[in-house]
Amino acid sequence: MALWRFRTRVPLALGAAALLLSGCANPSNGSNTDDPTKPVTLKFWHGWSAPGEVEAIDENIARFEKLHPNIDVVSTGNVSDETINQALRAGGGDAPDVVTSFTTNNVGQYCSSGMWVDLDPFMRKSGIDKTKVFPKTLLDYTRYEGVQCATPLLADAFGMYYNKDAFEAAGITRPPRTMSEMKADAVKLTQRNKDGSLKRAGFMPNFQLYQNSPDRMFAQWGPEYFDAEGKAKLADEPKTEDFFTTMRDLSDAQGGYAAMERLRARFGDEMSSQNGFLTGRLAMHLDGEWRGLMLDEAKADFDWAVAPLPVPDDQADTYGRGYLTGTVAGIAHSSRHQNAAWELVKYLTIDTEPVVRFANAIHNVPSTFEALKSPDLDADPAFRAFIEIARNPHSQAVPPSNNGGQYINSFGDFSQSVEAGRTKDLHRALEDLDEQIDADNVQSEN
Amino acid sequence: MALSLSTPAKSAGRATDPAPRDSPLRRKRNRERLRNLGFLSPWIVGFSVFFGYPLVATVYFSFMHYNQIKAPTFVGLRNWRYVLEQMPLFGPALWNTLWLVVVMVALRVVFGLGIGLLITKIKTGVGLFRTAFYIPYLAPPVAATVAFVFLLNPSTGPVNEMLSWIGLHGPNWFNDPNWSKPSLVLLSLWGIGDLMVIFMASLLDVPKEQYEAADLDGAGAWAKFRYVTWPAITPIVLFAVVTGVVQTMQYYTQALVAGKLASGVSIGPGTVIQPGYPDHSTLTVPQLVYSLGFQNFNTGAACVLSLVLFAIAMAVTLLLMRKSVGLIPAED
Repeated sequence: MALWRFRTRVPLALGAAALLLSGCANPSNGSNTDDPTKPVTLKFWHGWSAPGEVEAIDENIARFEKLHPNIDVVSTGNVSDETINQALRAGGGDAPDVVTSFTTNNVGQYCSSGMWVDLDPFMRKSGIDKTKVFPKTLLDYTRYEGVQCATPLLADAFGMYYNKDAFEAAGITRPPRTMSEMKADAVKLTQRNKDGSLKRAGFMPNFQLYQNSPDRMFAQWGPEYFDAEGKAKLADEPKTEDFFTTMRDLSDAQGGYAAMERLRARFGDEMSSQNGFLTGRLAMHLDGEWRGLMLDEAKADFDWAVAPLPVPDDQADTYGRGYLTGTVAGIAHSSRHQNAAWELVKYLTIDTEPVVRFANAIHNVPSTFEALKSPDLDADPAFRAFIEIARNPHSQAVPPSNNGGQYINSFGDFSQSVEAGRTKDLHRALEDLDEQIDADNVQSEN
Repeated sequence: MALSLSTPAKSAGRATDPAPRDSPLRRKRNRERLRNLGFLSPWIVGFSVFFGYPLVATVYFSFMHYNQIKAPTFVGLRNWRYVLEQMPLFGPALWNTLWLVVVMVALRVVFGLGIGLLITKIKTGVGLFRTAFYIPYLAPPVAATVAFVFLLNPSTGPVNEMLSWIGLHGPNWFNDPNWSKPSLVLLSLWGIGDLMVIFMASLLDVPKEQYEAADLDGAGAWAKFRYVTWPAITPIVLFAVVTGVVQTMQYYTQALVAGKLASGVSIGPGTVIQPGYPDHSTLTVPQLVYSLGFQNFNTGAACVLSLVLFAIAMAVTLLLMRKSVGLIPAED
């Protein structure tokens, strides 16, 4: 009797557990057979949170609703990628229809998992040739292994802000264009306190400073992270070692890593009034186009301007390039109104007028060819400098991955170890890093 | 018909259960069993839902590739090999967690006991001191951490400012990999109120006659603590250590908030939070579990890490429960 009970109940319990466990794994699927002319309410999740940004996106949505009176858009702001990721995986009736992400790192995940639907069929239906709408770099960071699951919704370009007053005082007449020029200028701009500690750095290359992640700096070298088979090739990429050597030289010329770290520890939050560049403790600084608006709002007590970040000496002809990333938009796989959702995505990301208006409002770089050459774009010189960086054919974004840009994090960790002097054999360490990146990628593949 | 024939034969063969299936005795036992189950059901439900099922699911998913959107697929030991052999952050995260378990728990117990002893001995201002030491414990962890990061800010914080008054150059606290964990320990000692209260209760519970007898025997302060106080409070010390170990194994909020604030990088919707600033020195295993599970959606590897953490917590707890460690009275 006891044996019978055991033999019956154990499989029953295991069966129930298996059902329960596997039942958690399949969020509902949406539909792309809806009629976009029928009345519908779309849920739109985005990341903008500053009052000016929210006002701008709401204004665009209001215009969209006027054009499509049958579509009501309920927007929710300040939504992070983590929230989107978790909500779409959990499924449920309140999941969003249209989603945006402020980082391109997760596009590979969104495309490969099917969490954001492939937009190519929608573009074909609308007669849109995406290669004629979006620059290639931006198209590349919104697709993964042939699946175009996102479209760019404005771009972010990175350039160098510099303190014009400090330049003038140091006798520097124009911003540096090569890394050698940058090193020489940085030395001239560096100031020390009486005790020898740094008062101001010419340029702080430390990878933990604000937006200074190594992938953004490394973009000036135009590197390739992966070979044709998708294997990491940082050890075989000669630009990698040159990048680290140049960064180290730049740091050493101004007092070294430790001195820089001591100075960095005295900076406040990057978005606060204690920002290192805003307080005059940095003469040159890598940042995105949004910083210009913030410097204006904070009424910086010095004159400033923007230029592209210098390039390596042996690639002087690529000067003008920069790191590109941006906000991306897509349609949730669970949306039951995917055709209506496409109308909203198309309006926000492809139609020139809303793209230009939104770009001007939040000072992000427009993401379509038409918008980039629009005469209605803001004429502010700092903003224009970033538009030029975005248009530069040598500007670069990092390749997408299916694990949320884990290789970027690994590269970041590695770079911090190198700059702190903890890596003795750089080439051997790079080989280990490649192995690590490949292992992470294999782990995230099914 | 077949049942009626076979049942008596089966029953006859069970020497330990002589009561027939429908006998009053059997029915009474069943009723008692059901009643007991009824009384136990809240616990059974809670245990099953909040411990049993998650544990089974964690073991199950540790052998699966599962990105929380597609159906899980069996991958054997791949997740285990990845975590134990290929994941470079596992080592630092485990080291940091164990460092905090050893240093933070030990110092919290010693400090909590010390403050408890102090407050039970003083004659005046007991209420004031008790309140002063207990109030920080009531501060929400995030708020307390924000305050501490502000206080220990190397540039603008008052602590380094005061240290400079006496000619000391304060460290970079949460910005220095060598000082970040000690800074977290300081934060935990500031919120010592929970341990102080339970130690005070146990200290006040030690029979006064034993101290009087010790006085008559000429025992000094240390001898009284060693031979009177300590044996009486060891169960409470054991409780404090075991719960401290378990809590520290789950250490997450303070380390994450301190790291993020000290880094100075603003957290926005597009920011992927990389825990452990500076240089992974505040990265703990629970933070890694969250990153793997809910940022990279590498559920299998996150489950492996959770199981490793569970195994370590169990092993440490079992070790502490051994009599030879000295926290269980020998006569028990």
